Amino acid sequence: MTEPQIDRHAPAIDVQELHKSFGDNEVLKGIDFHVDNGEVVCVVGPSGSGKSTLLRCVNLLEAPTSGRIFVEGVEVTDPDIDVDDIRSRIGMVFQQFNLFPHLSVLRNLTVAQQRVKKRGRDEAVEVARKNLEKVGLTEKEDAYPAHLSGGQMQRVAIARALSMDPDMMLFDEPTSALDPELVGDVLEVMKNLAHEGMTMMVVTHEMGFAREVGDNLVFMDDGVILEEGNPAEVLANPQHERTRSFLSKVL
Amino acid sequence: MAMSTRMSPRKRARVSRGVQYALLVAIVVVASALTDWKTIGIKFFDLAIVKGMLPEVITVGLKNTLLYTACGFALGLALGLVFALMRLSPVGPYRWIATAYIEFFRGLPALVVFLALSVGVPTAFPGREIPGGTLGTATLGLGLVGGAYMAETIRAGIQAVPKGQMEAARSLGMTSSRAMISIIIPQAFRIILPPLTNELILLTKDSSLIYLLGYTLSTVELTSFGRQTLNQEKSMTPLVVIGLCYLFITIPLSIVVRRMETKAERAR
Repeated sequence: MTEPQIDRHAPAIDVQELHKSFGDNEVLKGIDFHVDNGEVVCVVGPSGSGKSTLLRCVNLLEAPTSGRIFVEGVEVTDPDIDVDDIRSRIGMVFQQFNLFPHLSVLRNLTVAQQRVKKRGRDEAVEVARKNLEKVGLTEKEDAYPAHLSGGQMQRVAIARALSMDPDMMLFDEPTSALDPELVGDVLEVMKNLAHEGMTMMVVTHEMGFAREVGDNLVFMDDGVILEEGNPAEVLANPQHERTRSFLSKVL
Repeated sequence: MAMSTRMSPRKRARVSRGVQYALLVAIVVVASALTDWKTIGIKFFDLAIVKGMLPEVITVGLKNTLLYTACGFALGLALGLVFALMRLSPVGPYRWIATAYIEFFRGLPALVVFLALSVGVPTAFPGREIPGGTLGTATLGLGLVGGAYMAETIRAGIQAVPKGQMEAARSLGMTSSRAMISIIIPQAFRIILPPLTNELILLTKDSSLIYLLGYTLSTVELTSFGRQTLNQEKSMTPLVVIGLCYLFITIPLSIVVRRMETKAERAR
């Protein structure tokens, strides 16, 4: 298998004419979308609009029905591509955290570094500790996921993804499963990440985060992108009736 | 009238429980009245016969039962894991082979499998025999039968691990086999430890079927050992002795299963 040519000047994520159907149900109806390097793009919209499916198509957790997706200039929809190599460069954070419950926090952060990146144990532990510190959970490295709060679990999940030194991060409704008082800590970590220049694609209902941190806001409804642009402008002055009615419910 | 004869639900429950206890006591009293206790003492608990069975019942019988069971369980676990993964494979022929194996060996009585191994194999492959002698054949028989049940248990365990675990592992760049080994299978085994231990108890008892393979003084397991002594002694004592030996193996295992279940309950 040839080593894919990574082009760091190409858009981090470039989606062209993406369609995705589950059986007869067409969830994505032709999406064109891109995320530039260092950009934070927030994707919002009502549930069932296809925003999570779009995110999951980027690292091929869902196989697109048609259309092309490029990650750093490499076409990931090419059937001959090494999917695992692409995925190891894209960090992903799930709504339900998906920490490995049988492994300690530290081991959650080191297992893929050792197995996928082939790092030695010492190096993996060092990287893991650095990222645990970043999310403010240094003292939890020996704890098991079951003994953490939801907010702590999600911060560990972020640290786990960061430990692979990804070029970009995908967030799939990272705060939707959290108690309201725990949302702040997780958003704080994401904010810091954005300020460090991480490329981020965030599916969220947190309009405050989108306005404050996002470079671009995408509003999806019924499998298409209805409008996109500067978050403050879209939120203040939505062009579409659907956007207006959605925003009036969540703001 | 109707009001005065109707009992409250609580009182009715108490009365019906009283009737149940009385019935139990009656059965015990009648049974013990009909029993010939003196003969039982002589025929079932003859200490001389117990002494005669020692130490071989432990050093040979119990030891061989444990050995056959352990080897059969180990092979069964390996077969079970392989066939469980084949059963879950996206590759059609793998699934068909696994399904055929599971249905075949789960559907046949273990007795038939052992008969086939002891009589069928030498007929089908004249001049050849299963390597490893009695131990090899016993391991194969118990492994084939146990593996079919364990494959289904392991498959259920793997499917009980939430889908998000595989997704998280794949999103970190793990291949699907790496994710299986490092993430999914360890969690699956945690889930199925209790049913797997039950499988071990069942295999312990199935190991008595090894008598079908024939036995020598050194390869005899508990049940055959007991039958041998039974034929010589005209006493039920050997039955009692080997029965206790089996319970000595299975009851601790049951306790372990129960402990694991309460522990899993608490961790939830």
